Amino acid sequence: MSTLELRGLRKDFGATKVLQSIDLTLASGEMLVIVGVSGCGKSTLLRLVAGLETPSDGKILLDGVDITRQDPAKRDIAMVFQNYALYPHMTVAQNMSYALKLRGETQSEITRKVAEAAAQLGLSDLLARHPRDLSGGQRQRVAMGRAIVRQPKMFLFDEPLSNLDAKLRVTMRAEIRRLQQRLKVTSLYVTHDQLEAMTMADRLIVMEAGRVSQIATPMEVFERPANLFVAGFIGAPAMNILQPERAGISDVPVKTLVGIRPEHIKVVDHGRTLTIDLVEPLGAETLIHGTLPCGQRLTLKRPGGPPDVSELQIDLPNNLLHVFDAASGARR
Amino acid sequence: MKSKPDYLAHGILLLGVALFILPMWVMLAGATEDAGAIARGGLSLMPDFRHIGIFWQALFAGGTSREGDPVWHMLLVSFVMAVAIAVGKIFISVLSAFAVVFFRFPFRKLAFWTIFLTLMLPIEVRIIPSYAVVSTLGMVNNFSGLTLPLMASATATLLFRQVFTALPDELVEAARLDGARPLQFLRDMVLPVSRANFAALFVILFVYGWNQYLWPLLATSNPAYTTVVLGIVQMMAPDQMTPWNQIMAITTLALLPPIAVVLLLQRAFVRGLAEVDK
Repeated sequence: MSTLELRGLRKDFGATKVLQSIDLTLASGEMLVIVGVSGCGKSTLLRLVAGLETPSDGKILLDGVDITRQDPAKRDIAMVFQNYALYPHMTVAQNMSYALKLRGETQSEITRKVAEAAAQLGLSDLLARHPRDLSGGQRQRVAMGRAIVRQPKMFLFDEPLSNLDAKLRVTMRAEIRRLQQRLKVTSLYVTHDQLEAMTMADRLIVMEAGRVSQIATPMEVFERPANLFVAGFIGAPAMNILQPERAGISDVPVKTLVGIRPEHIKVVDHGRTLTIDLVEPLGAETLIHGTLPCGQRLTLKRPGGPPDVSELQIDLPNNLLHVFDAASGARR
Repeated sequence: MKSKPDYLAHGILLLGVALFILPMWVMLAGATEDAGAIARGGLSLMPDFRHIGIFWQALFAGGTSREGDPVWHMLLVSFVMAVAIAVGKIFISVLSAFAVVFFRFPFRKLAFWTIFLTLMLPIEVRIIPSYAVVSTLGMVNNFSGLTLPLMASATATLLFRQVFTALPDELVEAARLDGARPLQFLRDMVLPVSRANFAALFVILFVYGWNQYLWPLLATSNPAYTTVVLGIVQMMAPDQMTPWNQIMAITTLALLPPIAVVLLLQRAFVRGLAEVDK
């Protein structure tokens, strides 16, 4: 149960500005997911909080205490790494107990805590095994176990699911979320997967090129993206962006771009003609890619199977349009 | 792919084996001939097992016509020296490689390249200044003088640097977050993970130490510190008849400990030098 506050956090590597003045407050027990493309600085932010990097400027406060220059060992923050970073020569039990041992806890205390954490993660039968004898999902669990056994003030997750196969990712996603909610540990979770971001977050930070584009709840980010980058990044398939003048969309301000999500496009009897050039059936729904008469491309998502026509009549409902400034990309 | 064995390759391999075995065979055969056989040029390639007692005699009776310690004592001196050199080299190079790889300190690069430069200064090149230092420190004719100047090792430092650099960063970071201090990290992570490399290096360094000739010759004059390599050479005195059969016997005995070490650590040796993934 801890709060984290970042004040004007900056990190430069030489001339490269990796993070530019990040301000952020995490409430106690909150799960904040940082999402962005690779190289946007999201992992660096995590490493600054962990203490593995030193910020160029700014402050990090954990429970109100300045830990900006504190040794990582003293911060009482646990991290789950992308490739798990298990100690290869130690058994599962030894992996989980290492931090406790260094802290000087008694053997009986360590055994009890490890058994408890292992039971929570379904690792009880694997305690004597080495990491090389475990599957990817099991290793991931051990990495989680190593984090929770310490009962740290905070969890940091650095793309913990990206080495797992798609199916396992969905299960582990839910499991991590459940565990985090039960333990109520303040968490920062970094991912490039927007699905993970949407499903796991209490709040979401979308980062772009070292800056925060938007901080909000997942639904808010989805419904009211703060700028063109967020609009294009969150939501799959990505939001359609059109030039209103070319598409003949009236009653929007000048020098703007409008966006509409693929699932918000309506198929009607009489509207704009969309010439279909590609149909992707997903099972329960179908993606239809096509071109408007003005030449602009559009993707729409419909429930059901693929249509057996080459043209569709569509409508872009005005109340579902997102309007962005053409120059700055900011929401209008 | 291939159905019949590659005869040419096997032929070449067999030739190579013969090339390496032959001198040792001659040595073994020579040891069991009578004393004058080699001098007469009448060496037979068939060992004469009636004279097998020569090994026993060399081991305990001192072998030579000169005064001096028996061969078992020389073997012991050699063994202690080789182990001390190997262990000392490993100890020093682990610490220096650990410092160079895991710490950011001023002149780190300079320190590394200075270590690297000493590759060009093996004991044979610096033997006179080394002797001056050892004798000033009063270490002539004892084990510290015999082994210390041979301990600093750029080769081992370089090898460990490669091994340590190959450790994934996350391992270091996970240990740091778990609260490991540098020496705890060395003890709990680095050493256990690179065990095979230690064994491999120990083999190489043990043989290196065992084979030392020039430095022991200079640093010790007391017969109590005669290594077996020195002992062999001392038997070839120009002013008397060389007992070749005894020399061959002692040479055979001198080969056994390095062979034993190699055989014992063979697996780790191969793994430590060939294995890439951790």
